[in-house]
Amino acid sequence: MVVAVVFVLIVVGSVVFHFLSPWWWTPIASNWGFIDNTILITFWITGAVFAAVVLFAAYCLWQFRHRPGHKADYEPENKKLENWLMGLTAVGVVAMLTPGLFVWSEFINVPAHASEAEVMGQQWQWAYRLPGADGKLGRTDTRLVGSDNPYGIIPDDPNGGDDVLIEADYLHLPIDKPVKMLLRSTDVLHDFYVAEFRAKMDMIPGSVTYFWFTPTRTGQFEVLCAELCGTGHPYMRGGVVIDTQEDYDAWLAGQQTFAQLYAPEVTKTAELN
Amino acid sequence: MTVVLMFFAMLAGLAGWWLARQRLTAKPWLEQGVLDGVPDFQLSHDPAKRTGLSFLLAVIGALFTLVIGAWFMRSDFGDWRALPIPEILWANTGALILSSIALEYSQWAVRRGDLLRVRIGLVAAALFAVLFVLGQLEAWWQLYSAGFFVAGNPANSFFYLVTGLHGLHILGGLIALVWAIAKAWTAEQADTVRLKVELGATYWLFMLFVWMVLFALLNGWIGEFVAFCQSLIS
Amino acid sequence: MVDATHGHDAHAAEFPDAELYHPRSWWTKYVFSQDAKVIAIQYASTALAIGFVALALSWVMRMQLAFPGFLEFVDANAYYQAITVHGMVMVIYLITALFLGGFGNYLIPLMLGARDMVFPYVNMLSYWTYLLAVLVLVASFFAPGGPTGAGWTLYPPQAILSNTPGQQAGIILMLVSLILFVIGFTMGGLNYIVTVLQARARGMTLMRMPLTIWGIFIATVMAMLAFPALFVACVMMLFDRLLGTSFFMPALVEMGEHLSYGGGSPILFQHLFWFFGHPEVYIVALPAFGIVSDLISTHARKNIFGYRMMVWALVIIGALSFVVWAHHMYVSGMNPWFGFFFATTTLIIAVPTAIKVYNWVLTLWRGDIHFTLPMLFALGFIVTFVNGGLTGLFLGNVVVDVPLSDTMFVVAHFHMVMGVAPILVIFGAIYHWYPKVTGRMLDQTLGLIHFWITFVGAYLIFFPMHYLGIMGVPRRYFESQDISFLPPSAHDLNVFITVCALIVGAAQMVFVFNLIWSIRHGKPAGGNPWRATTLEWQTPETPPAHGNFGRELPVVYRWAYDYSVPGAAEDFIPQNQPGGAPPHKEGSE
Repeated sequence: MVVAVVFVLIVVGSVVFHFLSPWWWTPIASNWGFIDNTILITFWITGAVFAAVVLFAAYCLWQFRHRPGHKADYEPENKKLENWLMGLTAVGVVAMLTPGLFVWSEFINVPAHASEAEVMGQQWQWAYRLPGADGKLGRTDTRLVGSDNPYGIIPDDPNGGDDVLIEADYLHLPIDKPVKMLLRSTDVLHDFYVAEFRAKMDMIPGSVTYFWFTPTRTGQFEVLCAELCGTGHPYMRGGVVIDTQEDYDAWLAGQQTFAQLYAPEVTKTAELN
Repeated sequence: MTVVLMFFAMLAGLAGWWLARQRLTAKPWLEQGVLDGVPDFQLSHDPAKRTGLSFLLAVIGALFTLVIGAWFMRSDFGDWRALPIPEILWANTGALILSSIALEYSQWAVRRGDLLRVRIGLVAAALFAVLFVLGQLEAWWQLYSAGFFVAGNPANSFFYLVTGLHGLHILGGLIALVWAIAKAWTAEQADTVRLKVELGATYWLFMLFVWMVLFALLNGWIGEFVAFCQSLIS
Repeated sequence: MVDATHGHDAHAAEFPDAELYHPRSWWTKYVFSQDAKVIAIQYASTALAIGFVALALSWVMRMQLAFPGFLEFVDANAYYQAITVHGMVMVIYLITALFLGGFGNYLIPLMLGARDMVFPYVNMLSYWTYLLAVLVLVASFFAPGGPTGAGWTLYPPQAILSNTPGQQAGIILMLVSLILFVIGFTMGGLNYIVTVLQARARGMTLMRMPLTIWGIFIATVMAMLAFPALFVACVMMLFDRLLGTSFFMPALVEMGEHLSYGGGSPILFQHLFWFFGHPEVYIVALPAFGIVSDLISTHARKNIFGYRMMVWALVIIGALSFVVWAHHMYVSGMNPWFGFFFATTTLIIAVPTAIKVYNWVLTLWRGDIHFTLPMLFALGFIVTFVNGGLTGLFLGNVVVDVPLSDTMFVVAHFHMVMGVAPILVIFGAIYHWYPKVTGRMLDQTLGLIHFWITFVGAYLIFFPMHYLGIMGVPRRYFESQDISFLPPSAHDLNVFITVCALIVGAAQMVFVFNLIWSIRHGKPAGGNPWRATTLEWQTPETPPAHGNFGRELPVVYRWAYDYSVPGAAEDFIPQNQPGGAPPHKEGSE
């Protein structure tokens, strides 16, 4: 009997907690409000089901508790009821899945005009690369990574020379411009995660993964690693700054390219070999 | 992963076929008494071992299917360099076939109650199996001497992995075979070892089949076959 | 089809004495026993013992999260070792082993009316291999460098690289231990399957089996087919670690140093791991589904509602669980187009699972509910499972998973659904069957203390934890207070969770005390204290002797759920009781 009361308290408590607690997601700073909306739809549907099932159970527990002389009903099954419940569940599932799949299709199809930015993870820091004047990133190979070529850019690739390298610093991006984040790692799995952008994706050594988003709010955001990458995992932090176009251009003008930073050494090494 | 999914689809098909005959739509609350015509009780222990073996083979099949699936996924990467298959594998394949034939012979004999021939078949099977294992080790040695080390290339790694896993299963079977020989030597009647011989023959046939598949895989025939099928479709 | 051959007939199943292995000494009776009941107790004791190690480790990590620096020996290495071993032990060495090795061994022969498992010797080997696996895992605590800290998912490359604790020996011992576990489990699993298929008592058709057995049976079949994937993944990773192969290892630079690996695919490991790992979730869940169905039915004195649907749902969930594995990999960088397929299959599973929940609750409807300890735990299961199952709909729906994956939301979800919920069932099942195992009841007052603290406490731990994840706190963070977007109050929430976790953990000591104390001092239970219908309660002796059923095996005349049958003298009719017309009230079609 106490159980029935506790069940009701759990439902009421959970709902109250949900609405009153100060703990909720960070203010969004990207175009993925769709994702938040899908989460809200899921919250409403699942919350209703949770409340309904537990409250109904609580009612049963109260109403049909054992009393002397009381006897249970004998009802092996009720096909009609079961089919109804199955149908309703299917409707609920479709209601959650459909918007989810539409948003997913949006999520994986990058707009054609999106610019590119590369994030490289290594234990336990972030480095960034922008395609530079030609709009193309130079190809890379982890086997070339060294102190004279920390990004492992293939020296022969003509697209690589003008790539803007941003090591151990904040990545700046212009507001309202879709950007495709190309993600790679030189050692273990990492995951580029900015809570305010909602998007994240693992980085796998040996291949390049991606996601895209459009920043919608200027400011400075913390980058976290979201895939266990060894002892220093929680300390692998970085930052992204979303600028207005003018600020962004000013910042970009102050950055150095691969050619300026390393090319002389790389060419030297190449000659030595 | 296609291979894996196909294998599991096959198992699911078998399970579904079996379940379909188990009266799963019966309403058990309406039925009372002992139901006749329903497979519900078997006193004998013997079919239990047979059923057990078939499930064991399903598990081993899943194991090798997964390895083969991993093989296909890994061989898609650019660093894969197929290694030359030692000639001796042909001889080893022959030894395993002969071993299996010997066990079939033993099984034929056990059904006729001919204990002598059972013993001959079992011993021959064991000898050929030992020959197979030694031949596999020789193949490893040849590759190793020729500089194809296990970590040299993923193709090498997979070669050692699949032959090693298969070899371990053959060794496990050999232990059972030696056990069966010991039993056959002290047995008065062929029937006492009948189940052992029959189960052994089934297991051996299965491991032979697995080896054939692996052998075809190692030689690259399966890859060619898949490519051929794809060309037919397109 | 229905043939009513009532009464004891001529071929009441006699079991030839010679077929049963008889223990000859104390050693073969209690240590190297081939009696499934003894093996079950060995499995259960070992699993609970290693489970307490996992519990202690969870305290260590909760202390670190709430009071960083309080435990001086906990640095980042120790923390990651703690989460790894905690996760691995709970999922595999505790819950899987306890449900299948413990309850499976004890209940399959007894509930089906068999003398023992069909291969008792192999069954014994299964336990000893399992014990060896546990010992190898424990040995890694004493190995140089300690146990592995790669996370329970053991993702390469970091699992075998030197910036992960336990790289020296811990990871090797972990992989060897898992390989041993798979081998041991396969031996046990063959027994469970074949016993269910071929050693059922006369009259025990499949559709008369209690749902407990259905759950364990389907879970075992799944485990037999899923564990090879773990086996293959472990063997291949051992090759990578020991022989320098590159199955999973791409070319990489570790702290400025080029390693000799090249070309391998970390994603390949993830596919293999989750091909095992997802069915594993249901390997843990299905026995819990089965057992909880029987607990609810027995203690609500009412037949389980929709038995056929319950069976079909188990089979469908079991089959579907093999085609959803990549929903653990939505943000792993695999081909994003897989997301559509796996999100759909994942959400389809919600339908049969929901049906099971409805049917449990509908079994309560118009029941005669006794609030016994097993019933309380079963009810606790319903709440936690519904909660955890529903949050699964967030994570299964591919795009919703993107912000939530790898956050505390995931941690909260899977603890609720495959930690708390199955463990509440394990407790309920122990309170339910302890009287059969020992002949005595567990103490009611201690049990109530245990239940309320565990149930309410666990809910208070894991429900708020979802909100940490929604805020964006990543999982597997040694420290999280300095994350810029977190309000200071998030740390208060962590402190609250830790306090709850310490209390819930302490309450388990009450349970252990109860288990031990009641062996001698519990109230004598009699043969069938819950007035249940299934065969294990109808044994001539309690605890059941070797061979389970005395001279004659039971014959089964009815399904397992004849509770409160209209017109019957008692509110239950044992399965082996002949006679009585079928109840007139039919299920409507």
